[in-house]
Amino acid sequence: MGPGDNVVLTTMDDVLNWGRSNSLWPLTFGLACCAIEMMATGAADYDLERFGCGVFRATPRQADLMIVAGTVTLKMASRIRMLYEQMPDPKWVISMGSCSNKGGPYWQEGYHVLKGVDRVVPVDIYVPGCPPRPETLIEAIMMLQKKIKVQEAALGPLGFMRKQA
Amino acid sequence: MSFDTTQVNGQAELKETLRTDELLLNMGPQHPSTHGVLRVVVTTDGEIVKDARPEIGYLHRCFEKHAENSEYIAVSPYVDRLDYLASMNNSMGYAIAVESLLGIEVPRRAEFIRVIISELQRIASHLMSYGTYGLDMGAFTAFMYGFRDREMILDIFEKISGARLLYNYMWIGGTYRDITPEIIKQIKDFLIYFKPKVEEYNNLVTYNKIFLERTRNIGVIDLKMCHSYGLTGVMLRGAGLKWDLRKDHPYSIYKEVEFDVPVGTGQMGTLGDCWDRHIVRMNEMIQSIRIIEQLIDGIPEGPHRAKVGKVIKPPAGEVYSRTECPRGELGFYLISDGSGKPYRVRCKSPCFMNISTLNELSQGVMVADLIATIGSLDIVLGEVDR
Amino acid sequence: MTFEDIFLKLSQKFPQAILGKEETKPDASIKVSPEGIRAVIQFLRDELQFETLHLVSGVDYPALPALCVVYHPGSYTHKIVLSLKVYLPRTDEAKVQSVCDLFKAANWHERETFDMYGIQFVNHPDHRRILCPEDWQGFPLRKDYVTPDYYNGMPVPLFFEESTPSEGGTH
Repeated sequence: MGPGDNVVLTTMDDVLNWGRSNSLWPLTFGLACCAIEMMATGAADYDLERFGCGVFRATPRQADLMIVAGTVTLKMASRIRMLYEQMPDPKWVISMGSCSNKGGPYWQEGYHVLKGVDRVVPVDIYVPGCPPRPETLIEAIMMLQKKIKVQEAALGPLGFMRKQA
Repeated sequence: MSFDTTQVNGQAELKETLRTDELLLNMGPQHPSTHGVLRVVVTTDGEIVKDARPEIGYLHRCFEKHAENSEYIAVSPYVDRLDYLASMNNSMGYAIAVESLLGIEVPRRAEFIRVIISELQRIASHLMSYGTYGLDMGAFTAFMYGFRDREMILDIFEKISGARLLYNYMWIGGTYRDITPEIIKQIKDFLIYFKPKVEEYNNLVTYNKIFLERTRNIGVIDLKMCHSYGLTGVMLRGAGLKWDLRKDHPYSIYKEVEFDVPVGTGQMGTLGDCWDRHIVRMNEMIQSIRIIEQLIDGIPEGPHRAKVGKVIKPPAGEVYSRTECPRGELGFYLISDGSGKPYRVRCKSPCFMNISTLNELSQGVMVADLIATIGSLDIVLGEVDR
Repeated sequence: MTFEDIFLKLSQKFPQAILGKEETKPDASIKVSPEGIRAVIQFLRDELQFETLHLVSGVDYPALPALCVVYHPGSYTHKIVLSLKVYLPRTDEAKVQSVCDLFKAANWHERETFDMYGIQFVNHPDHRRILCPEDWQGFPLRKDYVTPDYYNGMPVPLFFEESTPSEGGTH
């Protein structure tokens, strides 16, 4: 390992992280009430595109951010897992709203509600609220961008694999 | 696929290779035009849909179980989350059901506030429907316009109740908070702003050539089908029946206000097609503006909530109460056993019935028309699955 | 036409099937025998202008013990919604005739009633669960239903013992 490699690798990290964090492509994936607020975030008043994160994709194969917006039921849980696995690496998950965080108001008698989407997929950012305001979702996305910026982008000999925590 | 070539002659082999096959297409639960987590199992032959079976339950949140285990007052937030695009109307329907069990009168001021707010919510809900239907038909601008004006209504609601989407505002016996002169002024300003907009929207989308061609003569629901499937609300009026609970079975103070019931006329195609349902929604917004204009200046003084006490214990009995929500008649079948918790709460959701027609509507249509039909049913999955 | 008129007409037409009135407040309802419900609803539709069926729902009464199916046919002509009740034994073999062929609205409502209460509807064309998954165990809205600890390897309650060996492959 020469003296120059280190410098190159750090630069790669910075460049890739900069690119990834500012071109997050979320998956169009609304589950329940929170999805309406997610749509409102993308619509005229709040305009998510300002932060480099507004290209909602209809297929998981083109997306790298999954915003789980709404109550996750047991019937839906396996589909969420499938969608998550269809997304290409590197990928991130935002759990939006109390329901997908920990069951929300349905925690007590919800025989058909999954108490937290983190039982199915790994979650990067939890957004509290029922439903969270669009500003809260925007803040969560900016937090995620910060998180991506300090991430080790280039790992492994073959490609840019995200370091699995 | 492999088959024994020695046993078939040339002609049969050709037949084998040109054979058409039915394709089983799985649409949803993650699909942008299913308005949530609806799954439709579509059997297609080329571009023709032979059969479309809706599969629901991906958002079954056990509302009825929660309602049986909560106190009457605590059911209200869950009711908000049924039809999350029209939660004011929902909780008003629930409050009316419990009030008729209790046999109490709501103060007149509360009735005025309730009707004004629920008509505003109806406009907001129809704006959402307009926006997403435009999005389904490929008109992204409609989505932006609809959301822009909806945000103004949400601002009013936020000032009133403190929340943007799920308000818990219509309490049993009245409302959570009183309305202030500033909010009345804001509602008036909104009406002045919004009144010419419906015309603009109609010019932009409703009479647009592409939109017309995609929605007329598509997804025709006639009156007989409406009755058989128990369809209510916009579906029924789109099919030409002048039936509105606010007019024909008036609750609250609706019998004191003047408004028309818009119905579909089949002016652009067949009576009861997607376009008729769309125009009914657009015209209902104008009528809602009319209702608010009549009431906003005459809100009487007085309390905004009747004295109902902290613990609500209705006498044993049962009631089936219906109210007119943006998507149809929302019914609540309540059984009380005299305790502080309802014995049974059954929500009759209009969307549940609307989406059950999809199988019959989709026989032999094109795939693109299937999307137009689902969009015109205007479903909210939170209410379908409960 | 009021509730009393309809009750009178029905009890004249079906003396066997109509078992009486339930004078609950504010809405009263009519008790119908399980064998007669289909004929009563057909009569309401064809003769008394009840054009639509608003709701079919179930109620569980463990104290009686009984399962109850409640029908709400509605009339646009008379502007009234009726409530018909059918009481069934509280077993897994509770059976009642389906009214799907009379009103298509009954199709999904009956499926939901089966899903939630386990009431069988005879001659139903598509007798499956509708809201819960196909492999769901038990009938959730019965009063003695106990929420399962696991479904397909996923823990259901919010607080659960991590010590159970079932990994389930969901993590």
